[in-house]
Amino acid sequence: MSLNEIGSMVAMQGFSGLSLFTVLLLMALGLAIIFGQMGVINMAHGEFMAIGAYTVYLCSQLTQNFAPGLREVYFVPAVVVAFFVAAAVGYAVEVLLIRRLYKRPLDTLLATWGLSLAMQQFFRSFINPKEVSAELPEWLLGAFNPTPSIQVPKNGIFVMGLTILVSAGVYLLMLRSRWGIRIRATTQNRIMSSAVGINTDRVDRFTFALGCGIAGLAGAAFTTIGSTGPTSGSLYIVDTFLVVVFGGAANLIGTIASAFSIAQAQSLLEFFLTSAMAKVLTLLTIIIILMIRPQGLFTTKVRT
Amino acid sequence: MQLVSTHRNRALRGALALVTSGALLCAAATLSGCNKSSAAATGDPGASKTEKLSAAPAATERSTEASGAAVLTPPGLEKSTAKASDFPTAKIMTTGLKVDDDSVTVGILHSTTGTMAISETGSVQAEKLAIAQINALGGILGRQIKVIQEDGASDWPTFAEKARKLLVNDKVAAVMGCWTSASRKAVLPVFEKENGLLYYPTFYEGLEQSKNVFYTGQEATQQILASLDWVNKEKKAKSFYLIGSDYIWPRTSMKIARKHIENVLKGTVVGEEFAPLGNTQFGSIINKIKLKKPDVIFAAVVGGSNVAWFKQLNAAGVTAANQTLLTISVTEDEVLGIGGENLVGFFSSMKYFQSLDNPNNKSFVEAFKKMWGEKSVIGDVTQAGYLGPWIWKAAVEKAGSFDVDKVVAASPGIEIKIAPEGYVKVHENHHLWSKARIGKAKADGQFEVVHESDLIEPNPFPKGYQ
Amino acid sequence: MNLLSKKLGKSDWIGVLVLAAIILVLFPSVFSIFRLNLIGKYLTYAFVAVSLVLLWGNGGILSLGQGVFFGLGGYCMAMFLKLEASDPISTKIQSTPGIPDFMDWNQITQLPFFWKPFYSLTFASFAILLIPALFAFIIGVAMFKRRVGGVYFAIITQAVALILSVLIVGQQGLTGGINGITDLKTLHGWDIRTDSAKYILYYVNGGLLIGCVVFTRWVLSTKFGMLLLALREKEDRVRFSGYDVANFKTLAFCMSAVMCAIGGAMFTLQVGFMSPSFVGITPSIEMVIYTAVGGRLSVLGAVFGTLLVNFAKTFFSEEYPDLWLFLMGATFIGVVLLFPDGLAGVYERYGKPRLQKLIGRRSLKPEPSVGVAAFESGGKHG
Repeated sequence: MSLNEIGSMVAMQGFSGLSLFTVLLLMALGLAIIFGQMGVINMAHGEFMAIGAYTVYLCSQLTQNFAPGLREVYFVPAVVVAFFVAAAVGYAVEVLLIRRLYKRPLDTLLATWGLSLAMQQFFRSFINPKEVSAELPEWLLGAFNPTPSIQVPKNGIFVMGLTILVSAGVYLLMLRSRWGIRIRATTQNRIMSSAVGINTDRVDRFTFALGCGIAGLAGAAFTTIGSTGPTSGSLYIVDTFLVVVFGGAANLIGTIASAFSIAQAQSLLEFFLTSAMAKVLTLLTIIIILMIRPQGLFTTKVRT
Repeated sequence: MQLVSTHRNRALRGALALVTSGALLCAAATLSGCNKSSAAATGDPGASKTEKLSAAPAATERSTEASGAAVLTPPGLEKSTAKASDFPTAKIMTTGLKVDDDSVTVGILHSTTGTMAISETGSVQAEKLAIAQINALGGILGRQIKVIQEDGASDWPTFAEKARKLLVNDKVAAVMGCWTSASRKAVLPVFEKENGLLYYPTFYEGLEQSKNVFYTGQEATQQILASLDWVNKEKKAKSFYLIGSDYIWPRTSMKIARKHIENVLKGTVVGEEFAPLGNTQFGSIINKIKLKKPDVIFAAVVGGSNVAWFKQLNAAGVTAANQTLLTISVTEDEVLGIGGENLVGFFSSMKYFQSLDNPNNKSFVEAFKKMWGEKSVIGDVTQAGYLGPWIWKAAVEKAGSFDVDKVVAASPGIEIKIAPEGYVKVHENHHLWSKARIGKAKADGQFEVVHESDLIEPNPFPKGYQ
Repeated sequence: MNLLSKKLGKSDWIGVLVLAAIILVLFPSVFSIFRLNLIGKYLTYAFVAVSLVLLWGNGGILSLGQGVFFGLGGYCMAMFLKLEASDPISTKIQSTPGIPDFMDWNQITQLPFFWKPFYSLTFASFAILLIPALFAFIIGVAMFKRRVGGVYFAIITQAVALILSVLIVGQQGLTGGINGITDLKTLHGWDIRTDSAKYILYYVNGGLLIGCVVFTRWVLSTKFGMLLLALREKEDRVRFSGYDVANFKTLAFCMSAVMCAIGGAMFTLQVGFMSPSFVGITPSIEMVIYTAVGGRLSVLGAVFGTLLVNFAKTFFSEEYPDLWLFLMGATFIGVVLLFPDGLAGVYERYGKPRLQKLIGRRSLKPEPSVGVAAFESGGKHG
């Protein structure tokens, strides 16, 4: 096998790793915002992702049935709609359920697990118990060929672009906007913030809705990679939590770093071993590192 | 200073947001026809469990698309004139199963939820169609067939538990059920201990033969060996990359395939991979395959993973133009989920394709679509599921009894001439004589049949392959 | 406070006796052997629920990976039973007779080394008790010494459950993979599939469960039990008082692991197989809900909670399968929001005073409802 081929293999494998990284990061960003900033464990996070994916699927069905001409262009608006639908549901859930459980993280865990079961059944009963796929537009199918032997999947590029956009957006929001100041203030010192006049309840709701909205975006991105079923959300939930916990829950840089390392490690191991062993080894390594450094890779020493 | 909003206001806003988003989702779902087609396609498992599948299925909640007329029956079959009084219950049922003077109860045990639902729903529909047709033609021994349906939920322990319930609690006369080999292995001890009767519709790896099971799908020699021989002859294939989902059927299939490739075809296996059931990340595996450049990718990926596998293959630039792919686990049911455009030009080895051109199949497809909707697709396992009730009926009538032992004794040699695949015959080893066919996938989700073998004798224990 | 001086009083023994009567007398006389076998299965889950009362209700350590220990116990028993069922005569149809059938399908020709000791019942029995304890010890020491607690510990136990289930499923040749270990026939020559065997196993199971209940009650009434309570409330103060908190937590964790393992072994015996679907995250979290429904502070409540949830599950999944998960989700949410004390709390607040009035006692003031919400400490890291 020539050096050229090895080179292109490395490039493609590296790209697989990057692909997995963006997937993990999109999922983890939403959770990091919720868990890191609010200390709320949302076991239903996977189902918010599924909401996003189903929204895109439904938009695809609508387009097919009513406006077939829009087939090529419906996708991006569908993704945006997915964000808002997931955020709206997140908002509702926060008001009805989460706000009563702020002081009790373990109970939040259980309650949101129950919520995830109910949501899964909702998908099963009202949308479709079988797995479904959105019809992807032409420009998302197939691969780029930068060189004859390197093939870069187009949907991977799309997901990566989306992730960069979302990360930039979150960065701008958190560190450069008024809302960001309010969120960070509430995290650091809730009592002082509300004494200073920030409506902490509203900030909480907004943060939760934002986190769920990002989860919806992640789900929308996944429709390019695989199918969506009622239990799709639960496939990712533990990985997402580990990424967030590993990265140090309060920090977005930490989330990015942890998603990157976990993705590359798993992808590389998968190439040399079987996928089951790769997963086991990756998880074991994470746990061992967490035992040595329980607060995660990066931490900010701020907690109420 | 504005007062902080009251609890009630906030709760109202929250509820409003929830209701709005829920309504949006439901509205979109109904508008896009999801609800209706899914209810028809899945047979609405929430509806009543025990019901008599009469000649007018429109009466039940199930076939919302049926026009209200009677179910279409296979042409050439006449209504049976047998009367229940000709067959007194005491004589035809001596082991305490649920048979009375005007009905007999059977069980249907498939996954209507979980990762296998995409594949098993078709079997349920076919079995119910067959039973409805049999009932319309007068039933068996003058009795109508009642059905109790249970959901295995893609979870093998649940299959075992529901099987025990059907046999011990409900005392059904026969069960049409299971799809994966894992579910079959889980229920096998139950059927053998309780002396039940199972009609198992899926193509599987063979290496099994039980008194209490009839295997209406192909076993390995009828599917794997025939297809490997074909691709070796037609495409001069010498190097193979084997990939499957990680459980007994793909593992055993690949073991058999490897032996055949290495010993008989004198080819080489350049790689072998197994991905967990439900896995959706195939990037690394695809890269490995590209590295090895096999003549043929031989795939046995199952259930929902199929969608991710083919989508990612496509996204990685692997298409029929530059790579031959032969799969033994994709039927029209899976293509519906995967999307025909991702499969164009790949080959699938089955004994039945919906596009088969014979009179039996034409009327079968017509009857199926009438009962379950115009958009229905019919895969290989669906057809095999359809055969189950007919074989049972023939055996019962030949034995003149519903007793399991007598039915089993009467079964070998039974021929089904109305089979949509053409013709099948029951072998002594409880498998079926059938043909192997190779189909080439088209963009519309159907297959073009490019090869058809002769009738192959089933041989679940081939020498040299164990 | 009543909670602190909870020696095993008369009322406690009455509760245990009532439970014993229900399990050992009432159920067998009312239910057919098919349903009784199902109840036996539920009672094996009750072992896990009871262990969680000790670990979570009283110790404040939420473990979402109890399925791991249940599975370990179950697999040890299954390995022994499978080896017994795979003697060379009954497996002569295989390529390699004398090894379990799933190894044969996976082209394994020799029994792996770690299976060999399971030929002996004594070893298997010890393994059921010791291997989970060892596992819990390792995890406990690694986590608790580093002061990982609360939410982080819960997530890590989830990861451990995931690892073990992926490992079992991935190594199909060694463990039976996703099918699990099926087709188990005899225990030391005694056929476990006959109806009479099922009756006997049911009684043995019931007896062991009552034993665990009494044991847990007793542990909670000792000084160790008091320490656990203190750990749950104010861990730092316990540490400052000179106790090595990590040791006590690990001890509680190991005790609960052994209880789960016994449940797992009894499960394998009664149901006749073991599969990785009992090891993963979903079953582990479900077992937590049994405890929560029963009242996480009450040992008897845990047993009743398990029975109630499982009865509901079987009933609804047979009659209204579409409704079942909604109900399950609602149970989770309801138990957390509205009934944090679960069945036991409901009993304490409403049932007990009425019962006492009925038996003619002077109407005593109901025990102060130990509102769990007030006790939630939130764990070490958050």
